[in-house]
Amino acid sequence: MSHAIEMSGITKTFPGVVANDNITLEVADGEVHALLGENGAGKSTLMSILFGAYTADSGIIRIHGTQVDIKDPNVATELGIGMVHQHFKLVHNYTVTENIVLGMEPRTRFGTVDLKAAEKQVAQLSKLYGLEVDPQARVENITVGAQQRVEILKTLYRNARIIIFDEPTAVLTPQEIDELMQILRRLTAEGKTIVLITHKLKEIKAVADRCTVLRRGKAVGTVEVASVTEQQLAEMMVGRAVQFELEKPATSIGEVVLAVRGLSVADSTGALKVKDFSVEVHRGEIVGIAGVDGNGQTELLYGLTGLSPVLAGTIMLNGVDITHASIRKRIELGLGHIPEDRQKHGLVSEFTISENCVLKDYYKAPYSNRYGLLDHRRMDVDASQLIEQFDIRAGQGSGTTAGSLSGGNQQKTVVAREINLSPSVLLVAQPTRGLDVGAIEYIRRRILDERGKGRAILLVSFELDEIMNLCDRIATISKGTLVGIFKQGEVDEREIGMMMAGSRRQREAQDVEN
Amino acid sequence: MLKTERRGSFMGRMLASEGAVSVLVVLLGFLVGTILVALVGKNPLNMYKAILQALSGYNIDNGKMNVRYIGETLNYAVPFILCGLSMAFAARAGLFNIGGEGQYIVGLTVAQMVALLGPQIPVFHWVLALAGATVIGALWGGLVGVLKAKFEVSEVVSTIMLNYVALYVSRMVCLRLPGATTYKTANFPESALLTNGFFQSITNGSMLNHGFFLMLAAVVIYWFIMEKTNLGFGLRATGFNRETARCSGIPVVKSIAVSMAIAGAFAGLAGGIVALGSFRYGRVLSGMDNYGFNGIAVALVGNSTALGTMLAGLLFGMLKNAQALMQGKQIPKEITFIIQGLIVVFIALRSAIAMYLDWRSKRQLQREVLGK
Repeated sequence: MSHAIEMSGITKTFPGVVANDNITLEVADGEVHALLGENGAGKSTLMSILFGAYTADSGIIRIHGTQVDIKDPNVATELGIGMVHQHFKLVHNYTVTENIVLGMEPRTRFGTVDLKAAEKQVAQLSKLYGLEVDPQARVENITVGAQQRVEILKTLYRNARIIIFDEPTAVLTPQEIDELMQILRRLTAEGKTIVLITHKLKEIKAVADRCTVLRRGKAVGTVEVASVTEQQLAEMMVGRAVQFELEKPATSIGEVVLAVRGLSVADSTGALKVKDFSVEVHRGEIVGIAGVDGNGQTELLYGLTGLSPVLAGTIMLNGVDITHASIRKRIELGLGHIPEDRQKHGLVSEFTISENCVLKDYYKAPYSNRYGLLDHRRMDVDASQLIEQFDIRAGQGSGTTAGSLSGGNQQKTVVAREINLSPSVLLVAQPTRGLDVGAIEYIRRRILDERGKGRAILLVSFELDEIMNLCDRIATISKGTLVGIFKQGEVDEREIGMMMAGSRRQREAQDVEN
Repeated sequence: MLKTERRGSFMGRMLASEGAVSVLVVLLGFLVGTILVALVGKNPLNMYKAILQALSGYNIDNGKMNVRYIGETLNYAVPFILCGLSMAFAARAGLFNIGGEGQYIVGLTVAQMVALLGPQIPVFHWVLALAGATVIGALWGGLVGVLKAKFEVSEVVSTIMLNYVALYVSRMVCLRLPGATTYKTANFPESALLTNGFFQSITNGSMLNHGFFLMLAAVVIYWFIMEKTNLGFGLRATGFNRETARCSGIPVVKSIAVSMAIAGAFAGLAGGIVALGSFRYGRVLSGMDNYGFNGIAVALVGNSTALGTMLAGLLFGMLKNAQALMQGKQIPKEITFIIQGLIVVFIALRSAIAMYLDWRSKRQLQREVLGK
């Protein structure tokens, strides 16, 4: 078996962190090789070194047997290495073709860009590899799945023989993921070699031939995917036994706490992002909002929390109309919010943990007296309790600045603050994004605990697994409208996936049959 | 993953602390200033002699001591510090107050009006004048804050514009004051002056006056509001991360308006103190005094903390006092402006220092890892 890629003894350090510690990776020609690891395990660093974005401190790289020095991405491109980034690098108001040929445009005799020839080439490539795109469509008008195909075509246009996919399924619906898996197989059938960076075990089982597992910057081992179970892969990745399914005790579902009716919200540019959205959340239940990123989930939460004005509809919290209430008023009435982006909306990274813990009630007793003076000692005492209670790992206790915490501990800080305010409704957005398995387990368990305490929880997540795992009811959102809302168990992942893509037909057909 | 604690050496820790960077930057400014003096063929020692005299009153050439210089340094520092606090207060709430100059001018103008037209009751007269200066400064700054908060008018643009409005309104008003000529008004009555007999007697007749106490009070108030009150907490949260502050229910719009008003109050007070402390007559301004602009540099050097701003203001006051002494020693006084400018440039280079430190600790770690 010849090797497309041989990376041996790769070491890369960042200030204070050894991101890659003497890693060896061998990828056979024509295989799909998965690179598995938690966030921060060093997957992206290793691939950035291969792609020339970083230079390794030591180690040797061989491509098809030749030792190479990949100084920058241009060298990687020349060597036939392409990368499909997690966040697409496309020019939105350019057409598909323009994006694909950007920087390597075919020229006419007069030196102008020969768009006709380019379009023909793109159409050819797209046919050869089964990558369906409209060469003349503008990128801003095509789906996320199609944008990803454009990214793949970009690498193929540059004659890539090795294609690196960085977390390619993070932005796709289940159906689009299936399509991608087929594309990957097609690409290897045409002689391409694929490196798939992921932390999703299911995808590895579905498509990869072999898998190299990284943990804390070190290569744990390379395995034949067919010979291991998902459970074994998970244990290799985390370094201990992992519990996949959380036990979900039955709770008694109470009265309606949050009632949203006919809600419409626009984004900052004025485009209507949530249209006529209605949902009710009861005491002691978790309602999940399933949908692909960018289908109005963010704006829905902005509308509910008061970050964006509501254009139409009503929001009732415990029977009080909060549709146009100020953000502080909503918080005082019992609306908790674990935001999607903890850096942007959840924490002041220059503030200490104790300051962050009182961000929403610092102006009230017991933290402020009636003259407006702060009680720092009280803040520190309470924060220390939360640190212990929520297992926040902080170097200097309550005086640690939030910015110096790891992502998981930052998230725990936000969760601790919100839960400590004991809100009657908890809005939770992407609570486990970017966290390692241990922190994910912990945070999910905490959310279930809150459900047990009779809180009404609205959970927005792009991870269907998370929704399926935690929720009592599941609402699907597509292009800002509610597609359907079901009890857990009434629908399977496939059907939810269809609805996430906006199709309600199949479901309705079934309803008719029933 | 890249978030790490800065490791290692004493130097590393020194440089990691913001205060230490400011000290380093000031020293660097003086070092380059010294080299420049030497390059134009003057003796840098004379510059330091002048600085020593401005600081301690001791004239090393003739061995004479004159404490008046200390008093003047302190007196010069008062408006620098207050305008520095003005800039710093807004900066802590995430705003860039270029309008310190305008707020200073309206404060100065109102103080002169009250001094010439107000009731000549001892003590009450100057207190009233300074109160007026503070209030008008707060209104002038608060106006910017309201525009910013309600209509998202950039405070940078509106403060710059209002500086000119302040200057020309001030001229119009002051030309109508009693005894006004094109550059000055009649003399102030005794009751309006900030003269402090005790200070004069211990500093050999310097201009140091009541304003010094007010400056100290302002520094304490600044620290108290920022660190001890929930108003300051909200302002700081807004300054660091406006989105998180908003999301947490902190009334960001109010925070912005309030912080600009308080910033304006500091600068307005500075204007009042200069008007009644350093002059015996009202001035019809033909240009800006530049205290407001220098306040920006003071706040930068002082890192927008109460103590830091006070120390930086003292430094600027000392430099200003040393100018005349330098000229007496054949050192061009412009060197003080150059040093001030260099200090600001080096402050701006702070991130470069941080990058250098990152690079250093990376190298160190590489050695550790590769050496094992």
